[in-house]
Amino acid sequence: MAKQVIKVEHLEKYYQKDHILHDINFSIDQGEVVALLGPSGSGKSTLIRCLNGLEPYQNGTVTFNGDQVVPTEKNWQKLRQKIGMVFQSYDLFPNLTVLDNILLGPVKVQKQSRETAKAAAEKLLDQVGLREYENVYPRQLSGGQKQRIAIVRALALNPELMLFDEVTASLDPEMVRGVLNIISKLAQDSDMTMIVVTHEMNFAQQIADRVLFLEDGKILEQTKGDQFFKQPQTDRAKEFLESMDF
Amino acid sequence: MSSWQIIQQSLPLFEKGFVLTLWLSFLGIIGSIIVGLICSLLKYFRVPVLSQIAAVYVEISRNTPLLVQLFFLYYAFPVFGFKLNAELCGIIGLIFLGGSYMAEGFNGGFDGVAKTQVETGKAIGLSRIQLARYVVFPQGFTLSVPALAANIIFLIKETSIFTVIAIPELTNTALDLIGMYYRSNEYLLVLVIGYAIILIPLSIILTLLEKRVRYGAFGN
Repeated sequence: MAKQVIKVEHLEKYYQKDHILHDINFSIDQGEVVALLGPSGSGKSTLIRCLNGLEPYQNGTVTFNGDQVVPTEKNWQKLRQKIGMVFQSYDLFPNLTVLDNILLGPVKVQKQSRETAKAAAEKLLDQVGLREYENVYPRQLSGGQKQRIAIVRALALNPELMLFDEVTASLDPEMVRGVLNIISKLAQDSDMTMIVVTHEMNFAQQIADRVLFLEDGKILEQTKGDQFFKQPQTDRAKEFLESMDF
Repeated sequence: MSSWQIIQQSLPLFEKGFVLTLWLSFLGIIGSIIVGLICSLLKYFRVPVLSQIAAVYVEISRNTPLLVQLFFLYYAFPVFGFKLNAELCGIIGLIFLGGSYMAEGFNGGFDGVAKTQVETGKAIGLSRIQLARYVVFPQGFTLSVPALAANIIFLIKETSIFTVIAIPELTNTALDLIGMYYRSNEYLLVLVIGYAIILIPLSIILTLLEKRVRYGAFGN
């Protein structure tokens, strides 16, 4: 049986009085790719932000690699090296070159030597076809290039779990394909465990081993990827899929 | 005597005042930046007790006129047994005032760094201090440059109030000469030119600097 990477039990999240996430339960095995789907405002982003401590949760537990997380800032800070995250807004650091953006984590957080980290970073840059940009500043890159660099920056820490939060939502349509291809390749070639929040249904269908379908902060169904797109279990999910043209 | 002769004769005195204005401004600005930065860092790192003290200082400093602060230093302090010479009072007063303005300038810059930048920094495992050092401060300083530049100009102009405690800077020199010779048109003209010589070039340099830092670090 595959190793369980992350397990979430009875997770509850409130913003003041608003109940955002209701009794969330799921677990993900190593190498599994899970797509988190659902309408806007259903809590998808909030949920994956709870998984690396960017959002506090009020109840329930997150277990990472068999150890239940004691949710202090200090503990999360350590865990974030193992849980990479890529955001919609890419947010490369504008004051650093592409290479320094990538090396910041490995060198300053993980205390790798600059040479070792640089060699690894250049290998990753080669894989996303951006090696020649290592010495430029982010403002000289297109949105798609920035997002590919942001993925490399997260991977440079050698994470065991990757969280992708609508990473193509703010890209020009022609840039989307390149970024999605990188994520697909990552799923196939390196057996990376991933949670992907996306509105790209074709992409989700192509890579998801399993789909978690969220609405109003509740998991309505958890279904195997191929089955979810052919035959969702709930009417709500069926409706949702019909409303997306793909 | 012709106006021109009046002006010529006064120039050596004005030169002294000019140099003193420059020197006091320089010390006051450097001191203000240091005090401001310290207050701002205390606030950023939420240092207990000290950050509250800094906050009280900033409020007092920003909500009392420099004139009153100077009177207090020059006339009230000796009552408690601290006698300071006028120039030292001037510099301390200017730093007391400028420190809070500079603190607010730095705060504005640090607060202006996008929240998503901070989150991204956290997401790659940076500690609070690393986040400040590699992400928030470099970007925050750039953002605070326009406010700091405005404060620098403001503080130089504020030195004209030093005249009330008889520091012989530019304004004091002009007022003294007017008192002695009753030639206000001439002396006021020199006074205006004196400030313009300092402030106009400085203002241009600071504007260029603002453009440069903005270009240098942004466009994410």
